[in-house]
Amino acid sequence: METNTIETNFKSEEYFINMGPQHPATHGVLRLLLTIDGEIIKKVEPDLGYIHRSIEKMCERDSYQQIVHLTDRMDYLSSNINNEAVCLAVENALELEVPDRVKVIRTIIGELTRISSHCLWWGVMGMDVGALTTYFYGFRDRELINDIFEETCGARLTMNYNVPGGLMFDIHPNFIKRVKDFIVHFKTKLPEYDRLLTGNVIFHKRTKGVGILTKEDAISFGASGPVGRASGYSCDVRKHHPYSALDKVTFNEALKTEGDTFARYQVRIQEMWESLSIIEQLIDNIPEGEYRVATNAVIKLPKGEYYQKVETARGELGVYIISKGTKNPYRLKFRSPGFSNLSLLNHIAVGGKIGDLVATMATLDLVIPDIDR
Amino acid sequence: MSYFSDIYKGIKTLLTGMSVTGKYFLTSRKGAITQQYPDNRDTLKMFDRFRGEVIMPHNEENQHRCTGCQKCEIACPNGTIEIIWDRGIDEQTGKKKKKIDKFVYHLSMCTMCGLCIDVCPTDAIEWGQNFENSVYDRTALTRVLNEPGSKLMPGVED
Ligand code: SF4
Ligand code: SF4
Repeated sequence: METNTIETNFKSEEYFINMGPQHPATHGVLRLLLTIDGEIIKKVEPDLGYIHRSIEKMCERDSYQQIVHLTDRMDYLSSNINNEAVCLAVENALELEVPDRVKVIRTIIGELTRISSHCLWWGVMGMDVGALTTYFYGFRDRELINDIFEETCGARLTMNYNVPGGLMFDIHPNFIKRVKDFIVHFKTKLPEYDRLLTGNVIFHKRTKGVGILTKEDAISFGASGPVGRASGYSCDVRKHHPYSALDKVTFNEALKTEGDTFARYQVRIQEMWESLSIIEQLIDNIPEGEYRVATNAVIKLPKGEYYQKVETARGELGVYIISKGTKNPYRLKFRSPGFSNLSLLNHIAVGGKIGDLVATMATLDLVIPDIDR
Repeated sequence: MSYFSDIYKGIKTLLTGMSVTGKYFLTSRKGAITQQYPDNRDTLKMFDRFRGEVIMPHNEENQHRCTGCQKCEIACPNGTIEIIWDRGIDEQTGKKKKKIDKFVYHLSMCTMCGLCIDVCPTDAIEWGQNFENSVYDRTALTRVLNEPGSKLMPGVED
């Protein structure tokens, strides 16, 4: 009765609002064109290009050693894994076998990167749904990983530690001790994450049943990483196409079937545990040996096409190189996880409320430079 | 009935969360990782591999190790390094030899990728630890790394 009066007295109208490009919840310069009716979302249109730097075009100009440092600037939270992807692609094309030491160190550093990325995501996720404290706790633990990186690689975010043929320099003598200390520390902190946020009733209300993505849709939108796995789509590249030392370790692929925001949250929390267990298995037996095999100063890939995929913290990153036999790639294409994950935002946000859109976006874990490149 | 159990559950999870924050409230000083920068400037020590800026070390006799081979200039992805070179007479052999006139380093363009230091055959350049680079004028970030009047260290060949 009451609703009828409202409907007749106030004609509801759809209207546009801009979310972004400078919006705290978009975590970067992403502009979303929202068509809304009251508080219900009718359509979400992402508008990209605000931070486009034409990295793919720059790659055509650069030598294969130089390309590596550009990938730091795509998904900057998984920079070590991005570097690894390019190096693996070049090494495969050259049929270069890197020493076991390199493989193990690359895997450890990659998993540390994943934990640090998920720590940041966890903090920001809490902040997006209104819990500011998580932000400080997430950054506190990430800081320790950053220190490990800074001591070994010299940088905290844009590492450029991998080179085609191995690593730029050997790990720092303190590396193993610091990583072990971190594992001990983080094992006491992860249960705190659960107590603070995972079990919280307000958090459940904000996330359960919100932004549901079915398995079929996950596959057809090309979702990967935690977003795909939360919908029951087993898509972990580390499991299906192991690279570096990942075939030597045992770990479980974090899988959930609900496909909602809370499931994506749980998958990432579980992934942090799995990453810890991978590091634990490797840290005590880093093989001795060279940390780098020499390559020619000018790397020329044989004519042909090469593809390498890795699992970054956000999903499947693919590097596709077409070489004409010269010192630069003829074309280089990145298949970035963020781009596909963003494409399904409209699908899962329509019909929900604006507040839910923020929570949904937080669990897609978008890094805008990765989408825009 | 579920109304009351909801209230009970809500309060319980809130208290669980607050036990975590409360613990840190009481022990906040312990395990704080925040750096009191810039108050701790005097004691702040960066890690030895920290990439602050590219520097060229000189010895007491104002000699450096750069032969002017330009490998770093080629390796740099963005033209940060410019080597202005010349030919001089080698004191030992009396032959003409390439030497650097100016090693120009545009810090404002450097991405700290480390490729230049990686390729240098004579270890003439390395990482400096300074990171306080805010200036009012961008040109202050263009530096000439070889000291005026400096020479190549004897015995350094590429
Ligand atoms: S660190 Fe990289 S960008 Fe900077 S001068 Fe060296 S090669 Fe160029
Ligand atoms: S710094 Fe090293 S690589 Fe660069 S010109 Fe001098 S010797 Fe050559």
